[in-house]
Amino acid sequence: MSHLLRRQGWVLGLFALFVVLFIVTRLIQPAYGSNDFGSLVRAVLPYAFAVAAQTVVVIAGGIDLSVAAMMALTSVTAASMMAGASEEYALFVVPFVLAMGLVLGALNGLLIVVTRVPDIVVTLATLFVLQGAALLVLDAPGGAAAEWLKALISGTVPIPGLPDAIDAWLPKALLVLAVCLCIVWIPLRRSRLGLSIYAIGSSELAAFRSGVPVKRTRIIAYALSGLFAAMGGLALTMSTGIGAPIPGPYLLASVAAVVLGGVALGGGKGGLLGPIIAVFVLRLVRTDLTLLAIDPNVTAIIEGLIMVAVVMFGAFITMRGRQ
Amino acid sequence: MSTSAITPPPVPLGRRVKRFMADRPLVPLLILLVVLVVILQILRPGIVNERWIANTIKFAIPLAILAGCQTMTMLTGGIDLSVGTVATMSAFIMATQIVNQDPAVAFLLAMMPAVLIGLVNGIGVGVFRVHPLIMTLGTSLIGTGCLQVYQRTVIASGAKIPDFLAWLGTGVTRLPEAWVPSEPARQWLADTGIGFAFPNALLLYVPVAALIVFTLARTGFGRLLYAVGDNEHATRLSGVRYWQVITALYITSSVLAGITGLLYIGLIKAPSLSLAEPLVLPSVAAAVIGGTSIFGGRGGYTGTVVGALILTVLTTLLTILQMPEGARRMLFGLIVLFVTAAYLRIVEER
Repeated sequence: MSHLLRRQGWVLGLFALFVVLFIVTRLIQPAYGSNDFGSLVRAVLPYAFAVAAQTVVVIAGGIDLSVAAMMALTSVTAASMMAGASEEYALFVVPFVLAMGLVLGALNGLLIVVTRVPDIVVTLATLFVLQGAALLVLDAPGGAAAEWLKALISGTVPIPGLPDAIDAWLPKALLVLAVCLCIVWIPLRRSRLGLSIYAIGSSELAAFRSGVPVKRTRIIAYALSGLFAAMGGLALTMSTGIGAPIPGPYLLASVAAVVLGGVALGGGKGGLLGPIIAVFVLRLVRTDLTLLAIDPNVTAIIEGLIMVAVVMFGAFITMRGRQ
Repeated sequence: MSTSAITPPPVPLGRRVKRFMADRPLVPLLILLVVLVVILQILRPGIVNERWIANTIKFAIPLAILAGCQTMTMLTGGIDLSVGTVATMSAFIMATQIVNQDPAVAFLLAMMPAVLIGLVNGIGVGVFRVHPLIMTLGTSLIGTGCLQVYQRTVIASGAKIPDFLAWLGTGVTRLPEAWVPSEPARQWLADTGIGFAFPNALLLYVPVAALIVFTLARTGFGRLLYAVGDNEHATRLSGVRYWQVITALYITSSVLAGITGLLYIGLIKAPSLSLAEPLVLPSVAAAVIGGTSIFGGRGGYTGTVVGALILTVLTTLLTILQMPEGARRMLFGLIVLFVTAAYLRIVEER
């Protein structure tokens, strides 16, 4: 038990913070119910995928500045392909867009490995490239999404045998998020490959000397990041019904949530659960501030302050731990 | 003793060229700049004239100063992504406060957030050891929020661009022809239409650039920046107070960004809440193209200046090609990547 506490202490603390925030939300707005929770999850969905994309790369010791641009590109691609097409055609669009994310992500990794330019610079360059490509696909917000895709994240999951009151707290979007993340993350975490990703993030040289194929692992980490970003792009199209070529604020949010979620920016530490809970916490804070009728501009300040304070606190703790 | 024993084996020309370039990293950059200008001249004959040069310099200067902030922070292994927000804040505050305030007071008010954000960045990075990327992103988020709140309070009073800043940002001063030393040079300048004018912004920029170059190369503070970036642990052990160096660095960086904002508002003449934001990523790119290592300890400001000029000329080139915005951004990204990769290849093969 104490072992679990020590290893997952940060995640548990975050979860406790989420619960406290939730109670605070109920105190501020007693009418805050399952419907509002559903819309919170739907709002979180693209953020959560962006965070997942960033997490994989950060654990591998890198950083991906092109996450938001990748989401924009995959989102407009999906939306423009589905515009005016039949419902069944979307069955083809979804795997196509996911594969596109995977390939483009792998390309990011390949460029880093081949050119030996630092990843922050390479992904900065691909940020421009992907943004440009998104503008070429659609120069203004447009396109469409298949009805069944939109239905996938609206409403709740009916589970037979459970009373409606509990049922209502299980939005479909949450299930979609959990399934998509688990399908990729759990097998990865248990495989040799997952271990390699942690290894190269922890110490590239040590990993190389113990026989980890560093270059291949790095490329795969970026490919997975691209895959998650493509899921995020699809989630954007699903929730808005269109695609927008200008990237949203997902880059900043993803880095913030990764750090808040206990993943060290040097790499090699942390998991996926922490950042995902962190992103829920950050969105719930925003909801609370809105419910308190605080000026949305002040909300931005408070969000920034929280982010900076948390990061400083985290750095302070690690510093104390080291001494 | 035969002569063949004394003469070293002939080095192939390609290797020699490469070694020459590796010893003088500025040379390939300058060649690239000239090539870009030549391409521009071929595509649009006659475009390279007095006005074009003045314009290019005018637009390159804000980028070059911000890239100077990146160069200095990158030397210590950091990065300053808050420069865009800081520049925007000082520009916006200047433009709105000048309406009711004395110019000196407005200037001080405009520089205040810059110093404050620099101080917070420095303390976060230097004392609390937060990753500079996160720290500066966070403070820029806070800064943007504050600016939005501030905007609402001054909406009634309006904004205006001080004449002095407009003069500094866009003005061009004609030099007397007699200043050009030789008759043929004078003739050539007149024939080609390059002329004798120079942008006023240089009055600000030349001292700033000289100060940065001097600080990095000749002062203790500059050496400390290289030392901290090269091996932080060794620097600490040799008695350097890390947090003081870092705090001074981030404050300097922010103040430079604030000054850039004032210059940029004189150039753009339209205060907005995202004025200097588009310059942030190119400023990082300019420093990287100029040969400063993002991991610290290696680089310098002269390369960065050429990098900023290259990016500015490149932007003109892509605009002139009349490509759609999307294709332009794609090319920009690809070229930045390609130049950086090629440059690393050349410099590392010594």
